[in-house]
Amino acid sequence: MATESKKVLYGLYNDEEDLKGAVKTANAAHLDILDVYTPFPVHGLDPILGLKESRLHYLGFIYGAIGASFGFLTMTWVFTRDWPIVFGGKPYWSVPAFIPITFEMTVLFAAWGMTITFYTICGMWPGVKAKSLDNRITDDKFCLAFDVTSATDNDVDKLKGFFSQSHAAEVNVKTLD
Amino acid sequence: MSQAVAPVRHVLITGNKSYHNITEDLCVPTEKSPTREWIIAFALSAAFLGLYVFAICWTVWKGIGEWGANRTINWAWDITNFVWWIGIGHAGTLISAILLLFRQRWRTGVNRAAEAMTIFAVICAGQFPIFHMGRVWLAFFIFPFPNTRGPLWTNFNSPLLWDVFAISTYFSVSLLFWYTGLVPDLATVRDRASGFRRKMYEFFSFGWTGSAKHWQRWEALSLVLAGISTPLVLSVHTIVSFDFATSVIPGWHTTIFPPYFVAGAVFSGFAMVQTLMVITRKVLKLEDYITINHIESMNKVIVLTGTIVGVAYLTELFIAWYSGYIYEQFAFYNRVFGIYWWSYFGMMFCNVVSPQLFWSRNIRRSIWWTFFLSIVVNIGMWFERFVIIATTLARDYLPSSWSYYRPTWVEISIFTGTLGLFFTLYLIFTRVAPVVAIAEVKSILKVAGDQYIGPDAKHDGHGKSHGKSTEKKEAEH
Repeated sequence: MATESKKVLYGLYNDEEDLKGAVKTANAAHLDILDVYTPFPVHGLDPILGLKESRLHYLGFIYGAIGASFGFLTMTWVFTRDWPIVFGGKPYWSVPAFIPITFEMTVLFAAWGMTITFYTICGMWPGVKAKSLDNRITDDKFCLAFDVTSATDNDVDKLKGFFSQSHAAEVNVKTLD
Repeated sequence: MSQAVAPVRHVLITGNKSYHNITEDLCVPTEKSPTREWIIAFALSAAFLGLYVFAICWTVWKGIGEWGANRTINWAWDITNFVWWIGIGHAGTLISAILLLFRQRWRTGVNRAAEAMTIFAVICAGQFPIFHMGRVWLAFFIFPFPNTRGPLWTNFNSPLLWDVFAISTYFSVSLLFWYTGLVPDLATVRDRASGFRRKMYEFFSFGWTGSAKHWQRWEALSLVLAGISTPLVLSVHTIVSFDFATSVIPGWHTTIFPPYFVAGAVFSGFAMVQTLMVITRKVLKLEDYITINHIESMNKVIVLTGTIVGVAYLTELFIAWYSGYIYEQFAFYNRVFGIYWWSYFGMMFCNVVSPQLFWSRNIRRSIWWTFFLSIVVNIGMWFERFVIIATTLARDYLPSSWSYYRPTWVEISIFTGTLGLFFTLYLIFTRVAPVVAIAEVKSILKVAGDQYIGPDAKHDGHGKSHGKSTEKKEAEH
């Protein structure tokens, strides 16, 4: 994770529809949006922000497959190679009896793998300090942010103009480190 | 009845709430000092928790001979209570996972508390098999790991071991699901807090910012977790039922057990959710978020699953008769008319007859009836497990070893003690985290808020997208 400090110009909107409108306007004006922060998942925002669909579920499948193979192969190895025992006259390699545990291992690996991946790629872990622009973003404000670290005064004025034109309720500058 | 919107669109948030109102209403219970009711309830629960600790120490010190279980009835209260708690622990994941896949919006009002309840119920359930092992300090032997005893592995063909895997997976996956849903709401609490509280919530909210990409991944994760939790929740009680169904005991050895156990689990789980929600919404003043519509929806699930359970009971009896197998017939005759006849009739009355009252709309929408019947159902489901376990074992193959089971004070204390454990955990939860999923409720506000849909809708859809504003207009009719 890069820890360089960033100067951010951000506008707060009162409604998700205002925010969506603003994103569309920004796109039309070819403004480079840093990020958008919302109190809840706003549907229809991803396509206009140009966010591609998350690939998390592919990983989920892979983790699940690893879990299934691990569970099944461990049981196979234990009961056919390491310590074969006859239970109730059944074959050593009694596949139907392995299915419940194989299933549980699939779910276990998929769930933990995906969750750990999710927190890692989002840079979120216990104790991480939130790079939060405004306390009200988790309440009722919808935030649109631009990186103005190396922007000229002219650029900043242009962005401020954009915010007032798109009915932002508030415009602020904050440095994130 | 002048609603133009489809009747499936129930109003789920009342009181003309804004986003800020939602934050305010749902965060305040974690911010105020505890009310007197809370303190009394907590003291009472903690007292029972103390009783639990005492009875468990007694059991471990003296051995499980202190329980009423004997050689004939070797599974008794402990496994009854275990199955009862595990069953209760099914509603949370059902609400959060299956209803998410079915896109049922009413889940948002109750999912958080129901998931928390699931986790606490599974913790309570786990106590029983663990302490029934006797030498509990060797409990880790249930996990397969390379060891110096051979290595001697666990028996992967045994349903009891499947249970170990099913329940530990269920517990940990439910915990992940619940906590990941909680993270954005903990961030909301964090952003309102100051001082030490802020530091604490900062730690537990993992640095959540609400970035669009994070929300997208969060939704992707929730959806897949829901997708894999759905078969998981069905597998857990299926595997619990295998503990019985794969045995060769008449009365247990039946193929109907898996679906019957799963339906019963959902049934009792919803009943427990109702018991808790009816109290929680009143005490924390959440009537605008957990509305009568939510309660009615859950009562519908109760009447459905109660009826499935009823059909299963009758099917069991029919098949026992139809099998022409005298041991099976005796087991069921004994179950109904034998020494424990009272528990069978208690079960039938509580689980099959009483929920049928919910066919009446007035009863379904009555808080008092809901509360009363939810308790009745929980008692009934406890009886069901007792009927299956104790009555079957009490009359085994050898009449000379027939026996009668009575719980000792130790077992009664452990059971009431786990209720104390459960409510203590739940009460702590209501103090530290929002009991209703804040972000999820906000996300349905515009499709389920009373100012947008329903008879009193007044918003004109200002600034809304085109599709939505036509919906609004319809709603205003």
